[in-house]
Amino acid sequence: MYRDQIAEALQSHHADYVDIRLEESTATRIHYRGRDLEDISQPSSSGGNVRALVNGGWGFVSFNEPGDLREKVALAVRQANLVGKDTSHLAPVPPVVDRVEEVAAKDCRFLALADKKRLLDEYNEVIWSTPKVETSVLGYADKHRRVVFANSEGSYIEQGHSDISLRVTVVARDGGDVQQAGLSLGSRGDFGQIEGLHQQVKETAQRAVDLLAAPQAKAGEYCVVLDPVLAGVFTHEAFGHLSEADFTYENERLKEIMVLGRRFAAQHLNIVDGAAVPGLRGSYKYDDEGVPATTTYLIKEGVLVGRLHSRETAAKMGEPTTGNARAVDYRYPPIVRMTNTYIEPQGLSFQEIIADVKEGIYAKNWYGGTTSMEMFTFSAGEAYMIRNGRVAELLRPVVLTGNVFTTLKNIDAIGSDLDMNQGGGCGKGGQSPLPVSNGSPHIRIQRCLIGGR
Amino acid sequence: MDELLSLATKVAQEAEVFLVSYEETPVVFEANRLKQVQTRSGMSVALRIVRHGRIGLATSTRLDDRVSLVERAVEVSQFGATARFELPSQQTYPQVNVYDPAVEAFPVERMIELGEALISRVREHTPDLLCEASVTRSVTTLRILNSRGGQAGFQRSYFGLALEGNLIRDTDVLFVGDGESSSHLIEDTATVVATVTRQLDLAKRQASVSSGHMPVIFTPQGVVSALIAPLASAFNGRVVLQGASPLGHRRGEKVFDQRLSLKDDATVAQRPRSRPCDDEGVPSRATYLISNGVVGEFLYDLQTAGLAGTQSTGNGERGSGTVLPGPSISSLVFETGEPTFEELVQEMKEGLIVEQLMGASQTNVLGGDFSGNVLLGYKVETGEIVGRVKDTVVSGNVYQALGNLVGIGRHGRWVGAVFTPALCCQKLTVGSKT
Repeated sequence: MYRDQIAEALQSHHADYVDIRLEESTATRIHYRGRDLEDISQPSSSGGNVRALVNGGWGFVSFNEPGDLREKVALAVRQANLVGKDTSHLAPVPPVVDRVEEVAAKDCRFLALADKKRLLDEYNEVIWSTPKVETSVLGYADKHRRVVFANSEGSYIEQGHSDISLRVTVVARDGGDVQQAGLSLGSRGDFGQIEGLHQQVKETAQRAVDLLAAPQAKAGEYCVVLDPVLAGVFTHEAFGHLSEADFTYENERLKEIMVLGRRFAAQHLNIVDGAAVPGLRGSYKYDDEGVPATTTYLIKEGVLVGRLHSRETAAKMGEPTTGNARAVDYRYPPIVRMTNTYIEPQGLSFQEIIADVKEGIYAKNWYGGTTSMEMFTFSAGEAYMIRNGRVAELLRPVVLTGNVFTTLKNIDAIGSDLDMNQGGGCGKGGQSPLPVSNGSPHIRIQRCLIGGR
Repeated sequence: MDELLSLATKVAQEAEVFLVSYEETPVVFEANRLKQVQTRSGMSVALRIVRHGRIGLATSTRLDDRVSLVERAVEVSQFGATARFELPSQQTYPQVNVYDPAVEAFPVERMIELGEALISRVREHTPDLLCEASVTRSVTTLRILNSRGGQAGFQRSYFGLALEGNLIRDTDVLFVGDGESSSHLIEDTATVVATVTRQLDLAKRQASVSSGHMPVIFTPQGVVSALIAPLASAFNGRVVLQGASPLGHRRGEKVFDQRLSLKDDATVAQRPRSRPCDDEGVPSRATYLISNGVVGEFLYDLQTAGLAGTQSTGNGERGSGTVLPGPSISSLVFETGEPTFEELVQEMKEGLIVEQLMGASQTNVLGGDFSGNVLLGYKVETGEIVGRVKDTVVSGNVYQALGNLVGIGRHGRWVGAVFTPALCCQKLTVGSKT
């Protein structure tokens, strides 16, 4: 698609604002189930969309074939006209013309399929050399996207980057008892970051087997210590989603609850989100509205100080733009999303954090998580009892749940060992999986509710 | 399509072209108001070949990509799994009513009116409720052509209404919601309005529950939020073949309550996942998963069936269109029971009703476990619903939970692709903030 055709289409309308996004992607998927290669493919995809804003109402058209872009613009404007009964609000952003082509250290884009497959074969070998493993699933996916963004205000941005995700699941079985352990990894296109993890894969396989003999925690409230991976997921689910301004900007009640300056936690808690932090899965230079990435403090010294915005939510709330409008691909309009979200480190060592826990749970590793404003759940892939300041017996995976307004206050210890988790992806509004990262040092939460036997 | 197929058959023993295209129009309401109208259209073509006995796959969003598709499928086939199937030749397909031309022709203006009516009727009941709603119509066209002369294709329409409301008091957030979908037009908002307003009535008061074990009634929405994922996994032929299904060696055994029967049936009319054939051109049929508590058949696609030494059940699905087919549920139908919902409640001394269990499948689903936060649920005391519960987690294992039921409700309803009555479990673990 030529730049002047895009420019011409952008001029052909009567709308308050129009943008066009065109995307081409190539991907690799390798999927093993047990020893068998179940799926290996290299899908390619191309498409785009037009978004139009008229009197506060949005029209959105997505397609594979741009054809005559002016017709697509006309349709989006017609739709926006059906919707708009008000005034349009978009935070001002200076037009940007830029071109960004990220190349990772060992970019997956330039590797042969056979090389990618070889690494998975090695990991599979490690899994199958573990006695009593019943089966396993290895899911590798990488994708290179090139996105052209242009809007009616004069922005024209081309961005290209790669993304990698790898999920290892190992299953052990004893009669009708089936247990699983998993490992989620990812990187912004750098294959090197998922190499050399044989030891971690081996431990995952062994843990699946060990879980068969492990007891289940009793349901109830516990003092819980979370490792950096799980604390990162906790940060994402328990607080990150609530910071997304599209939940708040038209909800007067929630605005009162989420008023800047409100204390959410003790002085030691700082939560940050930012795509401007380089080299992580949620990093980029411009979001899908062409807004430059930032680093945003959401909670500083326990107090709510910021939230994540699109241009529309920023304008409506009278707050600065943060560059957090993202779309999973061309089929969807951008919505407010997290990027790299983490709790800043403090001074405590892991030993100091667990030292005075008489009976509690040490929950590690990521399994899943979800949220609905105040309530959230997240699950650990690995859990141990803590007894008298020591990590004790292995438990079956636990599901932790809570209410954001009490749980953040109940964080009473934050470690020094910040680590970012690059596995998994985020889902919202039918758009999934969006590459994000999250992280934290070890943290301790008093009175966390756990499901169990 | 034909050109792509003939190009592929020159280099492969078997070849199949799968083409799916869609046009979807969602009308989206946010904060009680119309926010966005979208038109999303797209297509995806998949070429599957068997070359030197191995499977190759390539996909694209452009049909004119023929040469590249064939080249990529050949490249990938070097590493591909050994094919254990033959593509279906010309078949006879059942008549399955999943297309209504009125859906495609339904004007956007009318969809807007429908969404506005839905929101205003719910807010007549509770003016403070903040609603997100959507009215969606779509049409999907699917075509399959293979080198054994197999040809299949159908059109499926979809119409959906959905509403989610939240009500905030201090820092307490109440979520209510329901949806309805069909391949025909839904021009009446009454069903969704009735469910949501009933939820609002029941949630008016708050009740407390203490940690322990107690009976739990899952409403149809509750069943879908908590119990379907582990069952869908256990009856998946691929999971069975892998040895990872707790039911793998238990065909013919009574594992579930005697009154429990469940079938997968893509021939049920008007359902969003029903169809005359699956994504491999295998005719749809009913597959009985549980009959009076006894484990019946598992679900298969062609390749998995070949590996397992059995026949495809017509459950081959390609997900987003870019992956090889794998077994997947179509329309699930539970048989209904005797007691009415009110009778199930009346019989309960102390227990819970669960409408929505948030995050229930983020645990060991393979092993049958579920565990989640009660996003919407009520406490029952001596046969009466006394109020909504919060800060409560419900956990269990489907094999224990459905092994001995208190009862199965008399009235079922569709929740997406699942038809289910309320199910009352004897004893599940409930954890609560003290």
